[in-house]
Amino acid sequence: MRIKGRAWKFGDDINTDLIIAGKYKYDTLDMKELAKHAFEAIRPGFSDAVKPGDIIVAGKNFGSGSSREQAPLVIKALGIGAVVAKSFARIFYRNAINIGLPVITCEKAYDAVTEGDELEIDVEKGIIKNLTSGQTLGFRPLPEFMIRILKEGGIVNYLKKYGGFEIAAER
Amino acid sequence: MGMTIAEKILSKKVGRKVEAGDLIVCDVDLVMAHDGTAPLAIEQLKSLGVDDVFDPSKIVLVIDHTAPSPSSNISNIHKMMREFARRTSCHFRDIGYGICHQILIEEFVKPWTVVAGADSHTCTHGGLGAFAAGFGSTDITVMMAYGKTWLRVPESIKVEVSGELEWPVTAKDVILHVIGELGSDGATYMAMEFTGECIRKMSVDARFTLTNMAVEAGAKTGLCPVDEKTLEFLKRRDGVTYERLEPDKDAEYADELLVDAGKLEPLVAVPDRVDNVKSVSEVEGLEVDQVFIGTCTNGRYEDLLMAAKILKGRKVHEGVRLIIQPASRRVYLEALNSGLIEIFLKAGAVINPPGCGPCVGRHLGILGDGERCLSTQNRNFKGRMGNPNSEIYLASPVVAAATAIKGEITDPRNLGE
Ligand code: SF4
Repeated sequence: MRIKGRAWKFGDDINTDLIIAGKYKYDTLDMKELAKHAFEAIRPGFSDAVKPGDIIVAGKNFGSGSSREQAPLVIKALGIGAVVAKSFARIFYRNAINIGLPVITCEKAYDAVTEGDELEIDVEKGIIKNLTSGQTLGFRPLPEFMIRILKEGGIVNYLKKYGGFEIAAER
Repeated sequence: MGMTIAEKILSKKVGRKVEAGDLIVCDVDLVMAHDGTAPLAIEQLKSLGVDDVFDPSKIVLVIDHTAPSPSSNISNIHKMMREFARRTSCHFRDIGYGICHQILIEEFVKPWTVVAGADSHTCTHGGLGAFAAGFGSTDITVMMAYGKTWLRVPESIKVEVSGELEWPVTAKDVILHVIGELGSDGATYMAMEFTGECIRKMSVDARFTLTNMAVEAGAKTGLCPVDEKTLEFLKRRDGVTYERLEPDKDAEYADELLVDAGKLEPLVAVPDRVDNVKSVSEVEGLEVDQVFIGTCTNGRYEDLLMAAKILKGRKVHEGVRLIIQPASRRVYLEALNSGLIEIFLKAGAVINPPGCGPCVGRHLGILGDGERCLSTQNRNFKGRMGNPNSEIYLASPVVAAATAIKGEITDPRNLGE
């Protein structure tokens, strides 16, 4: 699985209220509509500026706060290819895998990437190439069953294909 | 090697000894979703091609986040939940019952079980000795369909609280202190296990204030032992005596934190981070526009009682809106029968219907630009109460009540007559 795009940088503790404010999430189940408000409190205009395949590079504890799945969903709806962070909050991380949004934990990426850099990520091999600076960074690849879920575009597709839940965890 | 509380529950669940780091598939005993998360889960169930839920008696749907509905869009989403609940015959608590976590505490959660909620504060239920964690809607979909989930058995962090709480210091101050010490990600992926003299003496209601906020340090769940107090609470509720639950003496912890409750002062978390904790005296005198007492953190009877102690015979400061929202209908009724509601009304408070209310910024007390609110809730993130151009300070119901009286952040000890 390879992802290529421009980097957008965010700091530490980007919580789910900042990703998508609670006041919007009850209104609609249409993620494209909701995505227009993504990050608006800290980065107005983000949803218009971002292009499919772009990559978010953040500090520690990305996605902290609420369990709202709308947070990874709006990021996916914007076409973001992956989120790379120093660390993730637990529920966000699970949600992202479940809906098929690649989440990469890489301590060094934040300092090694400047906003706008062109990045290429190899999810299976655990490599981030900064095509702008020429630097290569490694990260610990995800457990195999998570990669399989990502490849199917999320756990719903995965379960439909493999027909059961046991497979998801025990392989 | 001995086991932590989390390891004990999960070992019993899967029928073999498991330890921190193990990846397990386990049955879930209770699955909860509310109007902020259930609609997506129901949609996902459709895309999964599943019509029925695995066991309707283990599923609870609650309308609490926007209850009653403030808009036609939301009304349609509520309608869809009602229809789903009717079709599948799962438990359903419509508007007016109260906050999902309070309902689970009052009716459903049992010790030694696994509780999964589509809400990050599901960790609250560890206060009754359940392994309870928050999940997103899709995880909940999978659990509604299959009754199972995968989990990593978490490492545990031991929070040992010694000493005694002295009025006006409360459980809220203990947990704010803990989060200030650990930081917003200090317990990520871990179980936060509370033990010690102070916890033993604490009421079960107060313990929920601790476990409720475990997630604010990133924890997967917060846990308390099942002791005399818990057993009494459950006996009153179910008429049944459950099995006790204590960690082994030689259990292994990833970290330990010692807190002397006797040394704590009233605390406050200042914007925009829950781990930005200061003593009330450091921010005393800051004017506020609104005070909110309620939520799954501090909306129980005991919390209202503490607030009433301060509010009795006093008047809310002119220019301050004091909003009080009982966590559930039962809490409301108890407060009504014991005269608390009258105290609140006479003081000049507004009483919201049971539910989440302004905590999540959708209705019933949204802040205006530049306004400042002191709230008993668990999060002060930017925009949390519906407006990114406002400020939220977090504190106990005692500090909240004192602040409402003076119109500025106030240490209850300085309230005077
Ligand atoms: S009261 Fe607030 S924190 Fe608790 S469940 Fe409701 S919205 Fe969430």
